[in-house]
Amino acid sequence: MHIFKNTNFDFLKWRWHAIILSWVIILAGVAAIWTKGIPMGVEFAGGTVIIPQFEQAVSVEQVRTALDRTFRGGDIVVQQYGDPAQNQVMVRVPQVGAEQGGSLSATQTQIESALKQAGLPGFKVVGSEIVGPVVGQELRSKGFWATVLSLIGLLLYIAFRFQFSFGVGAVVATIHDLLITLAFLAFFRYDMSLNVIAAILTITGFSTNDTIVIFDRIRENLRSHRRDALDHVINLSINQTLGRTIITSGTALLTALALFFFGGEVLHGFAFTMVVGIITGTYSSVFIAAAIISFWRGSTARAAAHAPSTVAAPSPQQPPSRSKQNKKRAS
Amino acid sequence: MKNLRWKLITVVTVFVVFFGIGVYPILASAYHLPIPGWLAAHQLRLGLDLKGGVHLVLRVQTDDALRLETEQEAGRLQQELKTRGVPATVTTSDPTHFRVEGVPPAQEQAFRQAATQEAPNFDRNSGVGGSYTFEMKPNVVIQLREDAVVQARQTIERRVNELGVTEPSIAQQGADQILVQLPGVADVGRAKEIIGRLGTLELKLVEQGPAGTRDDLLRATGGIVPPDMEVVTGASDTGAGVGAAAGSAFYLVRRLPVVTGNDLRSARVELDENNQPAVGFTLKPAGATAFGRATGENIGRHLAIVLDKSVQSAPRIESRISDAGRIHGSYTQEEAQDLSLILRSGALPATLTYLEERTIGPSLGADSIRSGITASAVGLLLITAFMLVYYKLSGVNAVIALLFNLIILLGLMSYIGAVMTLPGIAGFVLTMGIGVDSNVLIFERIKEELEAQRGVRAAINAGFSRVVWTLFDTHLAALISAAFLFQFGTGAIRGFAVTLFLGLVSNLFTSIFVSKTLFEFELANRKVPALSI
Repeated sequence: MHIFKNTNFDFLKWRWHAIILSWVIILAGVAAIWTKGIPMGVEFAGGTVIIPQFEQAVSVEQVRTALDRTFRGGDIVVQQYGDPAQNQVMVRVPQVGAEQGGSLSATQTQIESALKQAGLPGFKVVGSEIVGPVVGQELRSKGFWATVLSLIGLLLYIAFRFQFSFGVGAVVATIHDLLITLAFLAFFRYDMSLNVIAAILTITGFSTNDTIVIFDRIRENLRSHRRDALDHVINLSINQTLGRTIITSGTALLTALALFFFGGEVLHGFAFTMVVGIITGTYSSVFIAAAIISFWRGSTARAAAHAPSTVAAPSPQQPPSRSKQNKKRAS
Repeated sequence: MKNLRWKLITVVTVFVVFFGIGVYPILASAYHLPIPGWLAAHQLRLGLDLKGGVHLVLRVQTDDALRLETEQEAGRLQQELKTRGVPATVTTSDPTHFRVEGVPPAQEQAFRQAATQEAPNFDRNSGVGGSYTFEMKPNVVIQLREDAVVQARQTIERRVNELGVTEPSIAQQGADQILVQLPGVADVGRAKEIIGRLGTLELKLVEQGPAGTRDDLLRATGGIVPPDMEVVTGASDTGAGVGAAAGSAFYLVRRLPVVTGNDLRSARVELDENNQPAVGFTLKPAGATAFGRATGENIGRHLAIVLDKSVQSAPRIESRISDAGRIHGSYTQEEAQDLSLILRSGALPATLTYLEERTIGPSLGADSIRSGITASAVGLLLITAFMLVYYKLSGVNAVIALLFNLIILLGLMSYIGAVMTLPGIAGFVLTMGIGVDSNVLIFERIKEELEAQRGVRAAINAGFSRVVWTLFDTHLAALISAAFLFQFGTGAIRGFAVTLFLGLVSNLFTSIFVSKTLFEFELANRKVPALSI
C-alpha cells in the first residue's frame, strides 16, 4: 500500500506561503502572550493547589463561592478534576503560607476551613501541592537553559554530522516549532508546567528527527545529482521521504492522541504539547528546514558545490549503486 | 545459515533475559506466582506520583550554622580577654562578623595573642580607637555551609528512619536544598513537624525568674542582661506539676549550658509522677560528669530545660543527678513520642524552611496508573492495527520488534532500579511512536529498492544497511535532548528522561537487529517471489 507514490511536489515553491503562515501564527501567539500572559502552573508561579474529593457532587461555582469570602479578589482557580463521577475538584490560589518553619501549608489550612464552613458536603484532600516562590524562580531559569542548551547541542551535532547550513536549518525549524507550540499553549490557555516543559524538550528532539531524515536524503542525493540545482535536489529529497514522514508522524500522533484522551488529568498539558509539537514538527521539516538551507546557500547554487568533498564528516554508508536508483526516481 | 542461527539464539536469549527481569516480577506480584527473592528485589519501582506519598523540598538556612560559629568564637574571645584583664566589648553583628571595641593601646599585644588563640577561623581588621572587625575566613564559610547541609541531611535520614517509612529517599539538591520523598505517608503535618524541628536541647542554670515580664525579670540586675547570661521564655512550670501556657514566663539563665542534646545517649517516653507523658533521657559519660557536678553544686536552684529556645520546664534541683533526667512539658503521648524521637536523632545544625510540599493521595496515584495503562494499551492497539493494515505481513515483524522494544525497556528500567513515574509512562508510550518510526523508515526504503527491480533479499539487505546511519543520527539527536532533559529534571521528569533514553537505546537494537533477523528467518530456505509489504 502507498499513501504517496512518486510524488513530485515543488515544496520550495511554497516556502514563502509557509513562512508567512508560520509568522502569522507566531505573531498571534506573541500577541496572546503579550495581552494575557503565559499561564504558569503552580510549579513555576508558586502557590497552593489542593484537590478535595467530595462525598457528593458539588458544582465548581459552589466551591468558588465558598472560597471567595476568604480569598477576596484573589486569582482563584477552581476546576473539575479527572473523572466527574469522582467528585474531585482542583482548587488553586496564588498564596502560600510563610516559608519559615513548617507553615508553608498555612494557606492549605485556610482553604480547607473555608470549604468546611461553607456547608458543602464532606470532603477529604486527596492531593496537594504547595510551592514557594523560590522554587518557581529556579525552575523557570532551569527550564529556559535546558531548552537553550539542548538546541545548541543539536546545532553542534548536525553541523558536525552534516554541514553548518544544515545545522542552521534544523535549529531554525526547531525554534519555529517551539514558538508555534508556545503560541498554541497560549491560545488554549494550558498552564506551563514541568510536564509541558518536558514535552517541549522532547519536541526539540523529535522535530529534529524528521528533519534529519530529510537532510540525510539531501546529503545522499547531493552526491548523485552533482549537476542539478540545489533546489531541485532538495525538492526531490523531500518527495522521496514524504511517505515515511507522513506515516511516522501519523503513528507518533496516534500515540500522543492516546495520551491526550486516555492519559488522565495530569498528562493533559503534556499530551496537548506533544500533539501540537508533532504536527508542527512535521510541517517545519517539510516546509521550513530545507528552505533555510536553500536560503543559506543561494537557491540557484549547483549541487556540486555542496558535494560530499565539503562534508565535514561524511557518513560511511553509500554503496556505489546509489546513483543509478536515484537518477531513475528523479526523472 | 549458521550466521542466522546465532542471530536467532541471540534474539531469543535477549527476550528471555529481559522478560524475566522486566515483566515476570510484575506478573508474579499480580497473579501470586512463585518468584525468587533476588528477582523480586528488581521489580520496577513506582514513583511517588503513582504510589502516593509526600514530597518535600527544604532549604537549610546555612547562615544559622555560621552565626553559631561566630557567636561561639566571639564568646570564647570575650572570656579569654576577661581572663587576661583586657577591658573590651565583643558584639556579633551578622552571621560572619563580630566586632571588638575599646581595646586600650597598651594591651594591644595581649589582645592579639588572645585573638590568635581563640578566633583562628577569622580574619582580623583593625579600625580606629582600639576597635577591630573580625570576618570569617572564606574557606571556613564554605566548609561550614557544606557541613551544615550534610549534617542536616543525615539528621533528617535518622528521623525518617525512626518514623519507619519504607523506601524513603532523602537527597541533597543543589547547594543547600534537601529533597525528601516519603512514599505512603499520609500524615503530612506530623512528618513535616518531625523533619523540620530543630531539636536543640539545652539545660541551663536559672539565675532569675520566672517572671511575668522582661522588666520584672531584670529588676534585680538593674535592667541589663549580664554578658554571660541570656533571657529565655517558656512555660512557668517550676515544679513537677502541669505547666502554664508556653511563652508566658521569662527566665534569666546562664548562657553556657550545663549539658546539651549532644550529650544525650538515649531518650524515650516515660510517665511522670502525675501520670503525664514525659521524655526521659540518659547521658553519655562526659555529659553525666558535667551534669553531676553542676547539679551537685547547685542544689536548691532551678534548671531550665530549653528546647529550641523555649523553656519546657524549670524544675528545682533536689539532689545531685548524674546520668539521667526527665523533661516535663504537658505533652500528649504523641508529642512526647515525637520529641523523644527528635532528641534521639540529634539536633539539626540549622533551621530548615520548606520550599515545596506535595502530597499525592494513594487514590490519585491509582487513577494515574490506570490512565497510564489505558493510554499505553490504546496506543499499542492503534499502532498495531495501522502497521498490519499498511505493511501487511511485514507489519507483523514491526509489531514484534515493537513489543520486544517495550520488554527490553521494562527490563532495563527494572535492572538499573529506575523509577517509573507518570511522565515515565508517557515516555513509554512515546517510545512506541519512535519504535514504529524506525521500522517505517526501513520499510519505505525496502519498497523503494523493490521498485528499483531488486530481488526481495537484496532489497531487504539494502533497505536495512542504508537506513542504519539515518537511524543512528536521529537517535543520537534525540538522546542529546533526553540528556538535557535529565539534567534539568526533578523527580517525575527525570523518570521521563530515563524512560526516553533507555527506550531510544533499546529501539536501536530492536529495529535494526531484531527486525532484520525476523526477515532473514522468514526468508531462509525459501524462494520468495514477492514481499508482503
